[in-house]
Amino acid sequence: MISESQREAIKFEDVTVIIGLEVHVQLDTQSKLFCGCSTDHGADPNTQTCPVCTGQPGSLPVINQRALELSIRTGLALNCQIARYTKWDRKNYFYPDLPKGYQISQFDQPICGPGQLSVTDAKESFPPRLVNIERAHLEEDAGKSVHDDAGRAKSKIDLNRTGTPLLEIVTKPDMRSAEEAKAFLNELKLILTYVGVSDCDMQHGNLRCDGNINLHIDIDGETIATPIVEIKNLNSFRNAERALSYEAVRQFDAWQEDGKTIGDAPKRTFGWSDAKQETVPQREKEEAADYRYFPDPDLIAVTISEQQIEDIQSTIGELPPQIRERLKADYSLKQYDADVIVSQGRGVVDYFLAVADGCGSGKVASNWVSQEVLRHLGETETEIDQYPVGAEKLTELLKVVVSGDLDQTRAKDVLAEMVESGASVAEASDKLGIVKVDSSEIDSLCQQLIDENEKVVNQIKEGNDKAVGRLIGAARKINPNANPGAVKDRILAMIAGE
Amino acid sequence: MDLTNLSATQLLDQLKSGDLSAVDCNEFFLKRIQAHQSLNAFVDVGENGSGSLAKSAELARTRAAAIDAGEIKGPLAGLPVAIKDGICAAGVETTASSRMLERFVPSYDATCVAQLNQAAAINVGKTNMDEFAMGSSTENSYFGPSLNPFNTGHVPGGSSGGSATAVAAGLAPIALGSDTGGSIRQPASFCGITGLKPTYGRVSRFGLIAFASSLDQIGPMAWTAEDCALAMNYISGHDVNDSTSAKEDVPDFTQGISDSLAGLKIGVYPQFFADGIDPAVETAVRDAIKVYEELGAEIVEIDLPHTASAVATYYVIAPCEASSNLSRYDGVRYTHRAEADSLDQMYMNTRGEGFGAEVKRRIVLGTYALSSGYYDAYYLQASKVRRMIKHDFDQAFQKVDVILGPTTPTTAFKLGQHTADPMAMYLADIYTVSANLAGIPAISLPCGMSEGLPIGLHLQGRSFDEATLLKAAHQYQQATQWHKQRPSMDQEVSA
Ligand SMILES: [Zn+2]
Repeated sequence: MISESQREAIKFEDVTVIIGLEVHVQLDTQSKLFCGCSTDHGADPNTQTCPVCTGQPGSLPVINQRALELSIRTGLALNCQIARYTKWDRKNYFYPDLPKGYQISQFDQPICGPGQLSVTDAKESFPPRLVNIERAHLEEDAGKSVHDDAGRAKSKIDLNRTGTPLLEIVTKPDMRSAEEAKAFLNELKLILTYVGVSDCDMQHGNLRCDGNINLHIDIDGETIATPIVEIKNLNSFRNAERALSYEAVRQFDAWQEDGKTIGDAPKRTFGWSDAKQETVPQREKEEAADYRYFPDPDLIAVTISEQQIEDIQSTIGELPPQIRERLKADYSLKQYDADVIVSQGRGVVDYFLAVADGCGSGKVASNWVSQEVLRHLGETETEIDQYPVGAEKLTELLKVVVSGDLDQTRAKDVLAEMVESGASVAEASDKLGIVKVDSSEIDSLCQQLIDENEKVVNQIKEGNDKAVGRLIGAARKINPNANPGAVKDRILAMIAGE
Repeated sequence: MDLTNLSATQLLDQLKSGDLSAVDCNEFFLKRIQAHQSLNAFVDVGENGSGSLAKSAELARTRAAAIDAGEIKGPLAGLPVAIKDGICAAGVETTASSRMLERFVPSYDATCVAQLNQAAAINVGKTNMDEFAMGSSTENSYFGPSLNPFNTGHVPGGSSGGSATAVAAGLAPIALGSDTGGSIRQPASFCGITGLKPTYGRVSRFGLIAFASSLDQIGPMAWTAEDCALAMNYISGHDVNDSTSAKEDVPDFTQGISDSLAGLKIGVYPQFFADGIDPAVETAVRDAIKVYEELGAEIVEIDLPHTASAVATYYVIAPCEASSNLSRYDGVRYTHRAEADSLDQMYMNTRGEGFGAEVKRRIVLGTYALSSGYYDAYYLQASKVRRMIKHDFDQAFQKVDVILGPTTPTTAFKLGQHTADPMAMYLADIYTVSANLAGIPAISLPCGMSEGLPIGLHLQGRSFDEATLLKAAHQYQQATQWHKQRPSMDQEVSA
């Protein structure tokens, strides 16, 4: 037993936080997992049901092939081993929104075996973390119970969601902080949306997350662990992060208080209270649930061929980690900038690549896409395919920027005009009165300024190069189209030598 | 005209030739059903006279009239068929003889019912059964037992006892049953008719209220093997709504049943005649062996070493699956619902009231056997033995085409004889459960009488080789008269 004084000597900073996640993802199928009913949201209660998903006598499940494909797709994207043989099991329990009295799930032979996902923080607040995926299995969702707020009044059941395909992705306890867990969730969501298996819309519960957490504490060369807590129904990534970081501290405080370790207490279930900003214990059944899993005799086992896996693999394409590496290696982007582009989804990535290839500068393209384009999309809540300036047009504009023929400020005006009116670069430039100023015009403009501003010229001669800014400002007043860079270079050159 | 002595095939010939109208045929059987309600062959929920049986009769009359008017056509046009009440028929109460489903009216037809409708057969009513098909006597029906037409003091067998009673009493020329451990064959044996349990997967289970999904199979019950072959032509085949239905070609089962049995190898397992068999049953079966020898078949002794464990294996696997299959009857949706103050109490009261004793016993057995810590010793072990039993049959069918034996160790027992002793009741399935565990087809056909009660001959065959069984059964029926034995009730009650 660790004494109280030994415990007090340990600081929170000394302990290791151990986190594993279970993520339920609703697969993006048209119909349910075992019947033809629609999976759409928002229909009137119990209108998207049939004898199969309401568990009527004599009805039988028939597997949705698309759900199998999407599961394999997910598994491949998460580097999982895909089972060549997978089967269905019944998880038996009673609940009013579970019409058959059992959920069809996968117990010991999940469709996706071990895999892994690497999580890197662009801000480098934690070192890159390889999170092992233990498994991912396919199962049917339950319905929704709508309880009357008054408590004892009538509860209502909506079975529209019953039978919707869910893929449950289970990680190993490989995350070491709430931040890492959040980053994992972000990366997972990004990959799932890239491969098109789910919209991961948390508002509609299309991605749901439970977290398992405890602490490892090194003391006198021995590692002790605090009792494991499962936090259920983390309904946003922000809440997941908050709940896990709160729970880590709570467990530390509890351990300081009572010294209880993993062997002293069973695994407990907590929830996250948004109102209290605390993890709160949930009501638990007295006896441990025994789900009496056994193979579902209504369904035949599924065999998955090498060919099937290859076919699906060939349609997956490049995934976020690979795209980030490519943007860094081939377009000289920093990790942070690559992350910004990639996290916007494949559409923005393709847009960026077209612009960067066209204008010849990854950096310029990255700046313009992450600042101008994404700002517009954010403000207007639109997607890249709705952006009025196509990649070709932006390329055209940035070519002029890269060549130095148009300065950033004027170019932004041009872009604003292009967004506004859908004009081409030339049309927008015309409208703004932008014309190319040739070098003889620049020369005479600069000479005029030197002649008229003796005081400033002297300051520059005395080594105060910054003073040239005032001349640039003056130049813009005389001719707004004069490129400030060119004006600056020319004036400095003229003063220095000629 | 008395139609009770006609087989379904003969009846269909008359209907087709126009000698008999669908309406007349239908009325004949509906009247007999009314006249013999004391046999309790059919389930009738609701007010007598306006309940589910009257509803079925009305639907049947409408169909018969439409058939005579040429509005509905099909190869079985006008043929009356009785349907076991565990098989869903749209718009008619389908109770599985349970209080739990007393008011359940399915919105869908079972695939086999839809197939028969498509062929223009007429469903004349839903037959009584042991509750959720659990039992061997129909004494577990919430609606009371059916009676054996050969001796109403005896059971008709079960669980498809109502179907057997209906055919034997001439209330319908043909009926559908379902067989999980012998539920078609044992009542066929007790009631002196022919009943086929097809290969697992041959007939869609969609719409069959599940007892034990990996064992359940729907099949026909009729006077003759030829009639069973006729029905099989319409109810067999792959069904997209049942993943476990087989994508096997369906032959014309009526073709080839007249072919010679010369060279057919029939296996006999000596243990079939071991302890517990009624000597009259043994004699009748041994006589049947002689008939087959005369028909040119060769009798070969075989070994089925693991079938001794079949009943034990069955009574682990079937209750395990049942405990899960019956979880859906929870009072939340279409079932009986008891009053209660809490959800847990509602579950307990509903299931306490809605299920009978045998169903509860099997749910408890299955729940226990699947529980953590017991699963390996029971379910997993039973699954292993099941594979060994299947292997025994695979080996045997390397040597023989058909395996012959008694269907049951005794003739129909008396009502109440085994109700206090579930184990004695379970042993009524001793010869039949193996076929369900192995998934193979098997048929029972009459082969003798003892003290006024029929004796059944059991033939088991290779998977998807129902054709050979039907041929062997038909040839036996060409050479013998046992399938023409009718219960004496027909002289007492005029139709
Ligand atoms: Zn449905």
